[in-house]
This record gives sequence, structure tokens and C-alpha cells, in this order.
Amino acid sequence: MDIAIIQENIPRLLQGALVTVELTAISVGIGLCLAIPFALMRVHRNPLLRIPVYMFNFYFRGTPLLVQIFLIYYGSGQFQHFLTQIGVWTFFRGAWFCAILSLTLNTAAYTSEILRGGIEAIPFGEVEAARACGMSGFLLQRRIILPKAFRLAWPAYTNEVVFLLQATSLVSIITIMDITGVARMVASRSFAFYELYISAAVLYLILVYAVLFVFRKVEYRMSGHLRSPSLVS
Amino acid sequence: MMNIRGYGWLLWEGVRLTIAVGVLSMAVAVVLGLLGAWGKLSRSWIARGIAGVYTTVIRGVPELVVILLVYYGVPTLLLDIANITIDLNPFIAGVATIGFIYGAFSTEVFRGSYLAVSKGQIEAAKAAGMNRVQMFVRILLPQMWRFALPGLGNVWMVLIKATALVSVIQLPELMRNADVAARSTHKPFTCYFVASLIYLMITIVSMLIQQRAEAWANRGVRRAA
Repeated sequence: MDIAIIQENIPRLLQGALVTVELTAISVGIGLCLAIPFALMRVHRNPLLRIPVYMFNFYFRGTPLLVQIFLIYYGSGQFQHFLTQIGVWTFFRGAWFCAILSLTLNTAAYTSEILRGGIEAIPFGEVEAARACGMSGFLLQRRIILPKAFRLAWPAYTNEVVFLLQATSLVSIITIMDITGVARMVASRSFAFYELYISAAVLYLILVYAVLFVFRKVEYRMSGHLRSPSLVS
Repeated sequence: MMNIRGYGWLLWEGVRLTIAVGVLSMAVAVVLGLLGAWGKLSRSWIARGIAGVYTTVIRGVPELVVILLVYYGVPTLLLDIANITIDLNPFIAGVATIGFIYGAFSTEVFRGSYLAVSKGQIEAAKAAGMNRVQMFVRILLPQMWRFALPGLGNVWMVLIKATALVSVIQLPELMRNADVAARSTHKPFTCYFVASLIYLMITIVSMLIQQRAEAWANRGVRRAA
């Protein structure tokens, strides 16, 4: 075991960890913004809204993320001419944009299905009561349906964020220097394979359990009304 | 658009290997899952500790890192500490790693399904004088399957998609062969899109089989309506 090589590369690995966190935060953020309208369309009565989202979700949940990344990063080259014409080729040429795009679409599909589960689990009485109070449309969604759906879906959403954090490791294959990317590069130069991959694994473990810790805290805060008052505190 | 210039057979070869890797790793995952669940529910704190560390660590580390660690790390580690030279075959390394990772997920499935078997059943088995092996084979296992099937089905769906990662250690499965076809035909989008549709077909077929299997496992359960 070569400890020196790990110590030497700690700054690089931490740089990689920053990239991993950035990728996760950006894709989770944009993915959530997409997932909310998707989830509402997914439960809509109109099949013209429901079916496209159903197909999108089915495709992105039924195929491996690696294929999706390759499809966007390498596959876009097949349409270079067309993409140059409409002026977006510069985006698709960069690995960073393709990585964010594929991670975002992937998490949007999973998150909107999770939110759909939350929306469908809302007791109908609550919606009925809101309607009886005169709420409808956007107001009803904003005040009653979405907050309740989020609270119900939170544990599943926590899992999705953790999975996405781990899934960002795949973008190292398209040359992005996240934790895995740094570990692979240094390992292949120094032949210190297990030292670097174990360090990478430890960094991921820390990040994953940090995310879990934060999300559990939020869950605790959101469920105050469900806990029975304790006599101690 | 869908013409991949005679590279169809290459993808077909890949599908066979993908399914082989998937089925074998699932078998490994089921065995490890049963062992892990036994460890988690065991009275011995050592077994509980090992099973706890196994599931906690595996579920916090990306599959890709574990695959790289096993394929590139284990041979160098063995060389360093014990001076043994081994040459890992990508197929065996892939099956072992994917099985090992999803064993952690099926541990939770089996633990849940054991806890779902009603206590009276176990008491009755003991009262009838069965020893532990008999109790497991005759009473627990048949009932655990029923509760475990939905969870195992989910594990399989995630596992078959995770086999695409084995392409990074040069195993010529579907993803790797799609890569080869993409490079030689200069039609990357078409090749990867066809590969993704094949994965989608595998998912659809798996869903159908899962429905059948669940219906079969629940054939003795009375349902209202």
C-alpha cells in the first residue's frame, strides 16, 4: 500500500469531489424543475399531455444511463451539420454540457415518477376540502397538492438524489474529471490502482452519507405535525 | 436510419453476453442476499456487523468505482500483499462485481420478506418439531419468495441496466459492441439508439415475466375481488 501516492493526490481528488458535487447539484436542480411539470402532466386527464411524458419516462427509466450519455455525447456527432445550422453544435461538442443534459433528463424521468406516486397518494378528501374552500387550478396545486406530494415522496426522492450522486461517476467515461475521472487518470499513470479507487470510494461514501444526513434532517423538519409531542424536550 | 450496415449480428452477440452476465450476477446476488439477510437477522454480533458493513459500504459507492476496484485493484493488491499474480477474466470479474453489489440490495429485500412471514408460522414449525434447516426449506423459503418477488424484480431491472458498465472493462457485451459498431460505421446515434431499444425490450420482457411470476407465487392467496 503506497500511502504517499494517496497523500500526494488528495488535492486533485478533492477537486474531483467538487466537480461531482457540482454535477449533482446542477442536474438535481434542473431535473426537479422539469420533473414538477412532468409529474403534473403525467397525472393529467388529457392523454395528449399524459402519453408523451409516459413515453419519455419509460425510455429514460428503461435504458442504462451510460447509453443515454453516449447517445447525447457521441450520437450528436451524427447530426453535426443540422446542429451547426441551428447554432447549438458548440454546446454538444463539450463533454460538460452533454453530461449535465443526460444526467438532468435521467433524473427528471425518475423524479417525475416519484412525484406522481406522491400526487396519487394524496387523500382525495384534502383535495375535495380545498375545492370546497374555493381553491382550484394553480392555487390548489401550489397550496395543497405539491406540498403534500413532496412530503409523501421525500424518502423516495432522497434515494433518487443518492443514486444520481453515484451515477455522476459515469461521466468520467466521457473525459470529465470528477472523483472517478481523477482516480482513473492518476491510477493509470502511477499503476497505484487499488489505493486510488479505495480513496475514491471513501470520498463517495462521505458524500453519500452527508447527503443522506441533510435529507433526513429536512424530512424530520417536514414531519413535525406527525410526531407525537414528547414529554422530554 | 435504422440501417447499421450488417453490424446487427455484433449487437446480437452482445445481447447474449449481456443476458448471461445479468442472469449469473442475479444468481450471485440472490445467494449473497440470503446470506446477508441471515447475517443481519443473526443473534451473533459479528455476523450482524459484517452484514451491516457490507450493505452500508456497497450502497454508498458507485458501481463503476467498485468494478474498477475489483478489475484493476484486486490483482495489484494481491501482488502487493501476497505476491500472487492473478489474471482476472473480465467476464468473471464483471459477474462477481455486479453480483456482489446487487447482493447488498437483495439483502434488504430478503430481510424484509423474512420479517413479513408471520411469527405464528415459525412457532408452529418449531412446535411440529422441525429443525432449523427443515423450517427454512419447508416454511420460510416458500413464503419468503412471495414477499421477495416484487423487490427482487426491481433489483433485476436495475441490475440488467448496470451490466452496461461492464463495457468499461472491455467485456464484449451489448454496450461494448454498440461502441465498436458506432466507431466502425460512423453512425454513433443509430448504433447507441438501437442498443437502447434492445435494453428497453429486455426491460419490457422482464416486466412481463415478473407479472407472471408474481401471479404464480400468489396462486394460493385468497383475494377479495
